[in-house]
Parts: sequence; structure tokens; C-alpha cells
Amino acid sequence: MRLTPEQQAILDGEQGEVLAKVMKTMVMYGDTFGAEEMVEVTGEKGHLVTSFGFGVMTAMFDLMDQLIEAGVVSKQPFTVDPRPMDKNVPSNPIMDLITKKFMYTKQASYEEQLAAVGLESKETGFTCACYFDEVGNTPKKGDILSWAESSAVVYANSVLGARCNRNSGIIDLFGSILGFVPKFGLLTDEGRKATWVIDIQTSKKPEAQVLGSAIGMKVMEEVPYVRGLDLFLGDELNQSAKDYLKDFGAASASNGAVGLYHIAGLTPEAVEQGEALIAEGAKTYVIDDAELERIEKNYPIIWKDPNATPKLAFIGCPHLSLEQLKDWAHRLDDALTAAGKKKVAVPTVMTTPEAVLRQFNGTPEAAILKARGVVVSYICPLMYMNNPLAGKMPVITNSNKLRTYTSARYFRDEQLLDRIVKGGAC
Amino acid sequence: MAKVFKGRPVVPGKATAKALVSHGGFNTLASYQKSLLFGDKTAKCSDQNNPDLYGQPMVGTALCLPQTIGSTTGGLVLFSATAMGRQPACLLFSEPIDSLAAAGAILSEVWTDASMPTVDSLGAEFLDYVQTGMTVTVDEDGTVTVE
Repeated sequence: MRLTPEQQAILDGEQGEVLAKVMKTMVMYGDTFGAEEMVEVTGEKGHLVTSFGFGVMTAMFDLMDQLIEAGVVSKQPFTVDPRPMDKNVPSNPIMDLITKKFMYTKQASYEEQLAAVGLESKETGFTCACYFDEVGNTPKKGDILSWAESSAVVYANSVLGARCNRNSGIIDLFGSILGFVPKFGLLTDEGRKATWVIDIQTSKKPEAQVLGSAIGMKVMEEVPYVRGLDLFLGDELNQSAKDYLKDFGAASASNGAVGLYHIAGLTPEAVEQGEALIAEGAKTYVIDDAELERIEKNYPIIWKDPNATPKLAFIGCPHLSLEQLKDWAHRLDDALTAAGKKKVAVPTVMTTPEAVLRQFNGTPEAAILKARGVVVSYICPLMYMNNPLAGKMPVITNSNKLRTYTSARYFRDEQLLDRIVKGGAC
Repeated sequence: MAKVFKGRPVVPGKATAKALVSHGGFNTLASYQKSLLFGDKTAKCSDQNNPDLYGQPMVGTALCLPQTIGSTTGGLVLFSATAMGRQPACLLFSEPIDSLAAAGAILSEVWTDASMPTVDSLGAEFLDYVQTGMTVTVDEDGTVTVE
């Protein structure tokens, strides 16, 4: 890789040993992927994937200490993924003991470390959906980013037109510290070309979470160009389309490893360049009703008792937008009223950023959810499910990401609503 | 009879170890989660979705795999495992390495004293040939000998 004199000086240790090691890490990382140069991180803010003070990860805390002691901090303020704990989320004393005494034992001290290296806000800085307007970490088209959270990376690349590779934790922080990242993959025009064409031929709007899952499993880390979805989503990136694409993208990134997709007639690069974005020799995948049904039927059920009665429902992985929260409140309210019930039959948690929660509280919809027995939390459902006892619980969700990484069982929105309202065995 | 494969050294180094073979993608977080949480020094794989590896100790093995999959905390998890001395002896990828595994291998190389040579692009034939329990030797130039 060609380094500028300034970058070479950092690598040679002229600004200290710790920064030199940060630089060496990023040079080796770039060399591995054929990067020829570093490019400036132009996004205003960073975002880190590692939000949890998982006690045994001493290497990370030691590394953070080394950075802080050497005065090596982020050049940009950053947000971080959601917190792993919230006392408002249903639990039991043994789970709490494991969570606090064995798992996230370093949460408080890790948050202090995050603040010392550049966390923007300990109040509102924790969410996977940092790009929501309420949170205020919304990159502009063409911005170069150093992020790692897979659902945020795929959203920033695809919906916002920013440029970011699908990095690992710590690499995200190192890019924000240096202010530049190796140029390869999704940072290049060539790397953003679609090597798959997806033709949507369904009879109705596909469930975002299942469509994303199908495409992710098929294309893995490649870039899909999706045709026919604009018939259902329209040609305007309004809030409804953005929410759909948020959930679609998270499913594609977790069921596969998609870092960028193009939606014909809708996402910024597809609108600008059209099918010129499709690389020569791109493969084709046709998705119809039968294919979506096949995909969904093949999700393994890893509950010990497949007919167990759900003990918890999570809605909001990735975090829900304000509009999604309000929509769920009304749908749930209507469904409970229709069923002649006052409260949900399955304890239900809806998750959203703290910044959204603050706006949501005080709305009529917040009162509805409270009256109907729903908890609204800023927690990361995935981190909650990492508790081994939670892993043994029958948890249901409409998140394909949560299904992929944990024992939670996936249901489409309407199915999930029905289960939450009526309860009973699966 | 020994069979030789040539890959690209991502983190050059030498190692000899018994192979542990995953034919599916290796989910780093799911594989290491329980051993990190409960102090299992042999690092038995805790990924129930990986029938090749589930329950098998990973420490000190020549971990043979196509790529890693799963959470983008993967690199951090591998780095943490290495710092605790619970890493494989080497990582051998049949495919070009993915960004999460690369981060884990490089962070381990730069920020710990442990050695975990990492070679990628060994080809599909490598994973077809190597079997768990075979002896694998890695050289600095990315040559991998299986016997």
C-alpha cells in the first residue's frame, strides 16, 4: 500500500508506539484486501459495534486502556450499538445474576472508556440505528465511514449512499482514530457494482425480513441489484420505504453478509446509474411467492420443545423507528380490541433508541402500549439473548437477525401479532 | 502420504497441529461464546449450528474452514480468545479470507504476543482433502502440508 509521508511517519512510530500499532493494524488489514491507499474518513461521526462490557474480553479493555493512556482517541465523535441490559425488560433473578455477575461485568467501566475515546453521548448514543434523524448520526451520500455494525453498514451504503466496508469491531474505532481507512471493496466504484440481479415476481409486497433473508443466503457477501421491488415500495425514499429497507437490509446482512444492495428506481445509486450498476456476467435469482415460502419453511426451530408456549416476544432488531413504534401500537391495540383482550398474552418488548423513546413517551401511542402491557426499551435483544438462560427460553420475534444469531423463533409480523394477542403453545 | 497446498499468508508463521475441519462457515461469536463465558480453557466449540465442530476443543488445533460468518464482533472475539491463550494454532481458509477473520488474525498478531499463522485461498480441494485429526504443517510462505 502507498502511504503518504504523514501516514508513514505514524507507522514508523513518530507519534508514539500505540498509534503506530493502530496504523500497522490498518495497513495489514488493507494489504490483505489489496488496498493501494488510505482514504480520508469524511463522515461526520463514527459508530462502534462493541457496546457490551463482556467481562472476559480483557484484551479489549486492556487495549482501550492503552489507547487512553497514550492519548490516542477518536478524531470524530461516535455512537455505539445498544446497551445489553435494561432493568425494565422481563427477566428473573438467576438470569440477572448471570448477566451482571458473569457476563456484562465491565459494562460501567467500559462505558467510561468509550466516553474517554470519543462516545458522543452516554444518554442517547447507544443504538444500532444511529442513522435515525432523532439520533443524529446520518451520513451523507458519498461519505466515507469507518463503521462495523452490519445493519448500520448496509443501511448507510444502500439507502444513504455512503461508503463503508463491512468491518469488524475495533477496526471501526481504529479508522475513527486515524481519520482514514484502507480503500478497498465497498469504498471503490468497482466494488459497488452488482454481481447478482434479483427479480422480484411475488404477487404482493414481500415481507422485508424474509426477502432480505432469501437474498442474503443466496448472494452472501456479494452486491445484489433488486428489480421489481419499487412496484411495492414506490419510487420515493419516504419513511415507510426506509423502514422497510432497514429491516430488509439487516436480514440480508445477518442471513448472509450483504454490505450493499441496490433497489431499482429507489436507492440513490440505482436511481442515478440504473442498470449500469450491474457487472458483466452477473448471476440472476428469481424470487416468487413459492421461493419465499421455501425459505421460511427451512428456518430451523432450535427450541427443545417446538410446541412450547412463548415466554417473551422481541420486536425491534434492528431498533424500531418512531413511525414503526406508533404503527405497532395501533396494530396491537386494534388486534387486542378485536380479540376482546386488555393486555398482551405474551410479555412483549419493543426496542428503539433512547432518543426515539424520549420523543415517543408522551404520545398517545406510548399510553396505548403501556396500557396493553408492552415494554418499550433501548436494550439490544441480541445481547439479552446471549444469556445462556435466555437462550433456553422460548422467545419469538419478527427479526430475522435475531433468529439467525440466537434461539429466538421467527414469525412474520401478522403471525407474531396473533401470537402476542392470543398466547398459547406454538 | 503427504499432500501439499499453497495459499496466501495473511499472517505469516510456522505451526504444526492436528486439523479441526469446519465445512460450513465458522461463526466466531457462537463458537467461542460459552468457552469465554465459563472459563473453558480448551475452548470447546459452542455453535450448535456447526455439526462439524460443536463440542470439539479448538485450542491448539489447525482450524480449517471456508470463511467466518456471523456477528461483526467476530474479529474482536477472536482477538480476545487469543489474548487469553485459547486460540487455534493456525487458521487455514479455503476461500479468500473475510474481513472479520482478517481483523481477528491481524489484531492478534499486532496486539498480542501469541502466534496464530493465518493462510487463505487454499482452494476448495484443501477442505475436501483435509480431515479432522490429520497432521497439518504451515510454513511462512503459505505452504500447507497435510498428512
